[in-house]
Amino acid sequence: MSNVRVLVGTRKGAFILFSDGKREKWDVTGPHFAGWEIYHVKGSPKSPNRIYASQTSGWFGQIIQRSDDGGKTWIQPGTPPGEPTTGPGGMPKGESNKFVYDTSAETGAPLTTHQFYDGTQHPWEFKRVWHLEPSLTEADTVYAGVEDAAIFRSKDGGKSWQELSGLRGHGTGPKWQPGAGGMCLHTLILDSTNPQRIYIAISAAGAFRTDDGGKTWKPINKGLHSQYIPDPNAEVGHCVHHIAMNGKRPHVLFMQKHWDVMRSDDAGDNWKEISGNLPTDFGFVIDVHAHEPETIYVVPIKSDGEHYVHEGKLRVYRSKTGGNEWEALTKGLPQSNCYVNVLRDAMAVDSLDKCGIYFGTTGGQVYCSNDAGDNWAPIVRDLPAVLSVEVQTLS
Amino acid sequence: MTAGSTARIRVILPPHLRTLAHAGRELTLEIAGQVTVRSVLDALEASYPMLTGTIRDHVTQQRRPFLRFFACEEDLSHDSVDTPLPEAVVSGKEPLLILGAIAGG
Repeated sequence: MSNVRVLVGTRKGAFILFSDGKREKWDVTGPHFAGWEIYHVKGSPKSPNRIYASQTSGWFGQIIQRSDDGGKTWIQPGTPPGEPTTGPGGMPKGESNKFVYDTSAETGAPLTTHQFYDGTQHPWEFKRVWHLEPSLTEADTVYAGVEDAAIFRSKDGGKSWQELSGLRGHGTGPKWQPGAGGMCLHTLILDSTNPQRIYIAISAAGAFRTDDGGKTWKPINKGLHSQYIPDPNAEVGHCVHHIAMNGKRPHVLFMQKHWDVMRSDDAGDNWKEISGNLPTDFGFVIDVHAHEPETIYVVPIKSDGEHYVHEGKLRVYRSKTGGNEWEALTKGLPQSNCYVNVLRDAMAVDSLDKCGIYFGTTGGQVYCSNDAGDNWAPIVRDLPAVLSVEVQTLS
Repeated sequence: MTAGSTARIRVILPPHLRTLAHAGRELTLEIAGQVTVRSVLDALEASYPMLTGTIRDHVTQQRRPFLRFFACEEDLSHDSVDTPLPEAVVSGKEPLLILGAIAGG
């Protein structure tokens, strides 16, 4: 029988939730890295006991953690205790937390500026890793989406990181600007049918796609309409909150934008709105059923000024028609006096039959539905604010 | 301290860095040559590589903005990192404190 392992990042540590395929009784371990912000934890599809975690702090900066035993023990790759920290050239050897924008003449791009909150130009500065995306085929390869927005790749299990600078050097950088959480690259999707194709999304620049393994990038924001930027139909500048894809149908993408839920049927070249009958189309998360590629899930949030669920009711909305027609899923979820948010990386699906849906809230609850959303139950209720939720289906 | 001698410097880390380094509240580092903030951090990172990048930037070597250096009840954060540390630190009578800014949350 299969098991599931849910990886939860919170404001004050990481937690691992484990259950058998029934998904009714759970073992909870943690906090791992207690007291630190854990923006994201994700396992390798190739080697599921290999898990990467982004540990970060306003005081001490970025740390990368790795487990090779399913989260029982952790190491900081590349920094074995007792070894010299610097190599012959004087550069630090322990590079697992070293994210340096590539400005080299050979592979890099000049360190330019982006738009700051006040409209002035501001230099690119590394702050933290928002999202870690392990390769679908190589356990030692993992991608990182960072703030200020850029994409990095490690090919040595997280020991060292190199920027894929073609994205930051795309040329539209001066028009990118931070959202409330910073100018972050928060979404990173790999295409299992085309290893050269990667999708990313940045708040607030929009979505981009590479078809050559990260050398060059193309903005894919046609059809997005954002009233909060000077040109609502601009090529870049849109605050895309999250994108989801069913790996079996990789040319179809679903997007939760700042406002508006969108879909693309041509790998992001064109988007159309599918908000339909949602009570509000502001939100952060969006995900796709593992086996039904036209079944999608969102959690509507009241507004950009009030980041909590609409009408004090925690409702997941499901569309079985690929958008436009939505139904509220409420069984087992609080339907009064609830004012939590669900952040952009805090929803995931397993691949069991029936598909399990998981999400975490800023109130510290992690909910699971073991029947594709019809019924919900909390796995845990009182964690720190949840930043991210990922799930691994283990055979 | 005379040239060629080795000083044993006491360093107190903030709690989260103790956890990261699997270390106790106070560390002792042996420093050959002049004892400065820079030489102490060099020795600290050599003994505890996992702390590289957490106190000063990997590349610029600038102190992270929410961290401060104190010794003998004085704030050394804005001194040159190459300024010799006070004799009381060199002799081991007083520790060098690395402190995180106090903030809620």
